[in-house]
Amino acid sequence: MKSIIKYFGEIIGGFITLLTGMKVTARYFFTPWNNVTQQYPENRATLKIAERFRGEVIMPHNENNEHRCTACGLCELACPNGSIEIISKSVFNEEGKKKRAIDKHIYHLGMCTFCNLCIRACPTTAIVMGQNFEHTVWDRSELTKVLNKPGSQLMEGVKE
Amino acid sequence: MAFNIYDFTPLTKSIHDSLSASLSPTATLAIEWTIVGVLYLLFVAVFGLFLVYAERKVCAAFQQRLGPMRVGPWGLLQTIADFIKLLMKELITPKRADKLLYNLAPFIVIIVAFVSISVIPFAPGLVSFDFDIGVFFVTSVSSIGVIGVLLAGWSSNNKYSLIGAMRSGAQIVSYELSVGLALITMIVFAGTMQISGIIEGQRDMWFIFKGHIPAVIAFIVFVIAGTAETNRGPFDLAEAESELTAGFHTEYSGIKFAFFFLAEYINLFIVAAMATIVFLGGWMPLHFGEFEAFNNVMDLIPGLFWFFMKVFFVIFLMMWFKWTFPRLRVDQILNLEWKYLLPINLMNIILMTLVVLFGLHF
Repeated sequence: MKSIIKYFGEIIGGFITLLTGMKVTARYFFTPWNNVTQQYPENRATLKIAERFRGEVIMPHNENNEHRCTACGLCELACPNGSIEIISKSVFNEEGKKKRAIDKHIYHLGMCTFCNLCIRACPTTAIVMGQNFEHTVWDRSELTKVLNKPGSQLMEGVKE
Repeated sequence: MAFNIYDFTPLTKSIHDSLSASLSPTATLAIEWTIVGVLYLLFVAVFGLFLVYAERKVCAAFQQRLGPMRVGPWGLLQTIADFIKLLMKELITPKRADKLLYNLAPFIVIIVAFVSISVIPFAPGLVSFDFDIGVFFVTSVSSIGVIGVLLAGWSSNNKYSLIGAMRSGAQIVSYELSVGLALITMIVFAGTMQISGIIEGQRDMWFIFKGHIPAVIAFIVFVIAGTAETNRGPFDLAEAESELTAGFHTEYSGIKFAFFFLAEYINLFIVAAMATIVFLGGWMPLHFGEFEAFNNVMDLIPGLFWFFMKVFFVIFLMMWFKWTFPRLRVDQILNLEWKYLLPINLMNIILMTLVVLFGLHF
């Protein structure tokens, strides 16, 4: 008797689990406005990219052309395939002290694997991942970028 | 020509009369055969291509995607483009393959699909032949298809193909039983194997409502076993992509592959059409016993429309299964058939016999 109850219990339980699965797919089927596909070239103007998408390494600047990079070189060390080169220079602050500052933060996009290690290594969050993914250029040399803008300076109050 | 969307008998009769008025009986027969053959070829090609498109769209919707969108509006021409590509591809025969069997296998599969489609009535008067063992004919002919699958796997000289074919053989031989017994349950209820007789018996109510509990159980068993018999997911382990590349048709290319592909979708149509005929009343509109007004309103919708709506409903159900459930292991498949479906089916036949004996149906 016990085995008979178990047998039919298994059948009914199986049906319930199957119907649960079918309910999920039915919800997907009848709510087509929740579809995740994006018709890319047509919707370029309204394209929505996920927040965590890794398109390229960028260095945000504020309106006074200031960045947060202290030229510490940790990102250069963290990069597994050498796509970041830090060229630093010496500047004197108001007190006449010699300080290290960034001259050129060179980023080789063509060598980058978008692993995110440089962003995690950065102590001052000077570099972040941008969402631009349209990187097509006519010449390979254009893939080598200088991230800090010309004439830019270190933001006030950023400490190493 | 007397054209009537509700009943095609006058149309076919007028064609026959006008042909036989000027031609000898042999020539009339030859011309009629040609017309019917061309019509079936056209139907299979167009409907097969449409089903491939529908499958891709339905699958995409179940996975929150859009599916083909680029070729033609909403990707409508996608399958036609795919078919043209398949037509132009090279036909490759593997080294040391059994040439005769290798070339024969796709034809067996497609011919079986064509033969079993021939007894299906699309609308009143729109059936190529109707005889007293129609249901039996469909089940017996459609099980020949497994020979094509086995030959394809055996002759390809490829281990993947062979394993896929053997699995398919074990599966179809098992599930054939459930399909047959589910149909027998309904034959007990209908009292005839003639397809026109079965449809006529549902004039006051469809069998799935008329036969209540045993009919619903038989319908569920039939749809499960029918899905297995067409080698579709979740029973698609004959062509399990992740394990066997493409199973029995791994080595086929071009138009021979297209034959297997087309036959799969035509078999899907046949299973859906049989479920429609036996359980959902074929081309018969939705009728409920004594409600004259309701029945008359339903009669306004042509039988052709009813038939295809019901077929699409069953096909949608089977696509829903395919894109929801994960694939079963081979031992699970045989367990499901021999330990669950078969005993339930046998009990269901007894239940149905009692229902018919004591007149417990509507």
